[in-house]
Amino acid sequence: MNFSLDDDQLALQQGIRSFCEQEFPLDKLAALEPTPVTRGRWRQLAEMGVFSLRLPEASGGVGLGMAEAVLVFQELARRLVPGPLVWSHLTAGMIEGAATGETIVGGIDDTHPTNRPPLLEHAAVLDACVVLRRAGASSAPASALAGSDSATPLDPLTPLRRLTALPLGAQIADAARAAEWRRDGALLTAALQLGIAETTLELAVAYAKKREQFDRPLASFQAVKHLAADMHVRVECARAAVYAAGATCDDPAIGDPERAVSSARVVAGDAALKNARMCIQIYGGMGFVWEMPPHYFLKRALVLEHAFGTTDDHCELVAERVAG
Amino acid sequence: MDLRYSDADERFRKELRAWLASEVPKYGPPPARNDWPARRIWDTGWQRRLFEAGYAGINWPKAYGGRGATLTEELLYYEETARARAPYVGMNFVGMRHGGPTLIAEGSELQKQAHLPRILCGEEVWCQGFSEPTAGSDLAALKTAAVRDGDDYLITGHKIWTSFGQTADFCELLVRTNPVAPKHKGISWLIMPMNLPGIEIRPLPTLRGESDFCEMFLESVRVPCENVVGAENDGWRITNVTLRFERGTAWASDIIELTQFLRDMAELAKRTTRDAASAWDDRALRRELGHLAAEADALWALMKWQIGEVQKTGVPGLGGSALKLAFTELQQRTYEFGWRLLGRAGLVREDVGGLPVGEVVETMLNNLSLTIAAGSSQIQRNIVSERILGMPREPR
Repeated sequence: MNFSLDDDQLALQQGIRSFCEQEFPLDKLAALEPTPVTRGRWRQLAEMGVFSLRLPEASGGVGLGMAEAVLVFQELARRLVPGPLVWSHLTAGMIEGAATGETIVGGIDDTHPTNRPPLLEHAAVLDACVVLRRAGASSAPASALAGSDSATPLDPLTPLRRLTALPLGAQIADAARAAEWRRDGALLTAALQLGIAETTLELAVAYAKKREQFDRPLASFQAVKHLAADMHVRVECARAAVYAAGATCDDPAIGDPERAVSSARVVAGDAALKNARMCIQIYGGMGFVWEMPPHYFLKRALVLEHAFGTTDDHCELVAERVAG
Repeated sequence: MDLRYSDADERFRKELRAWLASEVPKYGPPPARNDWPARRIWDTGWQRRLFEAGYAGINWPKAYGGRGATLTEELLYYEETARARAPYVGMNFVGMRHGGPTLIAEGSELQKQAHLPRILCGEEVWCQGFSEPTAGSDLAALKTAAVRDGDDYLITGHKIWTSFGQTADFCELLVRTNPVAPKHKGISWLIMPMNLPGIEIRPLPTLRGESDFCEMFLESVRVPCENVVGAENDGWRITNVTLRFERGTAWASDIIELTQFLRDMAELAKRTTRDAASAWDDRALRRELGHLAAEADALWALMKWQIGEVQKTGVPGLGGSALKLAFTELQQRTYEFGWRLLGRAGLVREDVGGLPVGEVVETMLNNLSLTIAAGSSQIQRNIVSERILGMPREPR
């Protein structure tokens, strides 16, 4: 047993990190607001292997597993890369063009009763929309996505459309595949949440070291240090749980993938929301200002709370596994 | 990254599981908590059995009677002994988890030979003499004085929270050997036999009404200078190194036990009637239990992650502080959850009506010490924020 990232994994992590830092700098977040997703950037993400990562090499993919996918999604969230990343990743290989970024695939998880009326993310740029149900998944074309776009989506980088009806389309996956997508979708969401938890910790600590009050850095006050320590603990727990769940999905001999994923999703979801809120608190008044990055992280964390099952939903799943 | 246990690991697990399955039921129930002679016999008797079967000191060197195995096997050992509900390390704690590892890392050959095999086979019980009434979180402010007198020290002082002081054979004692040096630089780590003249032990009943803790009064106790471990005045460094080892895997069995406790509570909820339904039909209760279990799962993963980091560098990092912070608070919340499930039955401390009231209440009370002992949660937060996050240090 060796639960450390190997050299290939570290290189993958570093590669995607450099790309995101260059293409999605945190001081340019506001510039993304008019068009959070563009075809050019989407194809760049595809070239980085974001969507084809787990496809076999023979099918033009990278041939890696969930253990690597969580590393990539953690990095994407560290720079708040917008778009239906999880849906396009899940359907690569199932929907033509998803792997190469030529087709932008979004989706609706309709297995959770909280998702009514159907609010669809990034509707305006989608080429296809997957609807995930317990019985299976279908894919509808962009023409089936009629509705009204919200003028004020909670996350300025996640536009939302209120659909007039759930889009109908051709069946593309059976119940077993749909269950796998729900599980993998929940874990990739947890990886995004981990990236948010980690980055808001880093932002808060850096800000507290720089900002002075009472002729001392904020970071020298124990009241602030202990908040940061709690944020660090949440990141450590979330990272271990998310990485372990990735490895468990790849090799069920390690443990129960469903439980590992739900546990990771619970812990990472809490970490993202609590750390993002605490980041705003540590920034003080500046945390309440639009041009500073913390609110973007909190708003994305709030969107992710409703992706592929809420924290409460996953708590119940874990409880069922514990009770046996 | 490879989270699969190797074939050799799995063989070890299988052997150990079979041994525990036959030995644990035979060993019988523990004695009353305040019966110190009986507790010593029970705790050290189990240690002896582990030793004879080759399961004492999983990662201790073979030369001193240990198994010389890997950290992964040690983790498996904790996992399996917790699953089998084997006797806890109990009174062997200080020797097995603290004093012994300190000797392995820093002791002389003579010291290792004199103590390690005897700790492993349950012949030697150790206690800890670190804290003092005026040196708690600020442990380095300790005042117990060791004054040279020929080849001996004469030791005078007052120690507190001396767990197992009533029954121990040796004490890992921190003393001030240089009163004028800066406070961290005048401390030595000393092996003190507990049968010397001038040592007085007074039990200190805890909020549970029992006397796991003692106060220890030392009046000109004569200890040979050769009993110093490491160099004179280097005791603070030694203490910190071994504290990190202690924090590395110390909670492994507790995390497994916590998950088992939650499974027990799920079963209890299913047979607890509330408002004409079972408590398990209460969605809020299931969510709360699931949340606690998810956190326990994450801690188990974090334990494995940290072992991976130790294997990479050879030295435990500071990660144990994060693990201790998270585990101790989770343990407190989990037993408070269990206590609420018991309803008014939890207002007594003995089992009633087929409910495990005694275990839940006693553990809930004992848990209050977890966030105070071995570096309080506030001290751990200082460590995390200063040494991991690089924030400015508190005055010290």
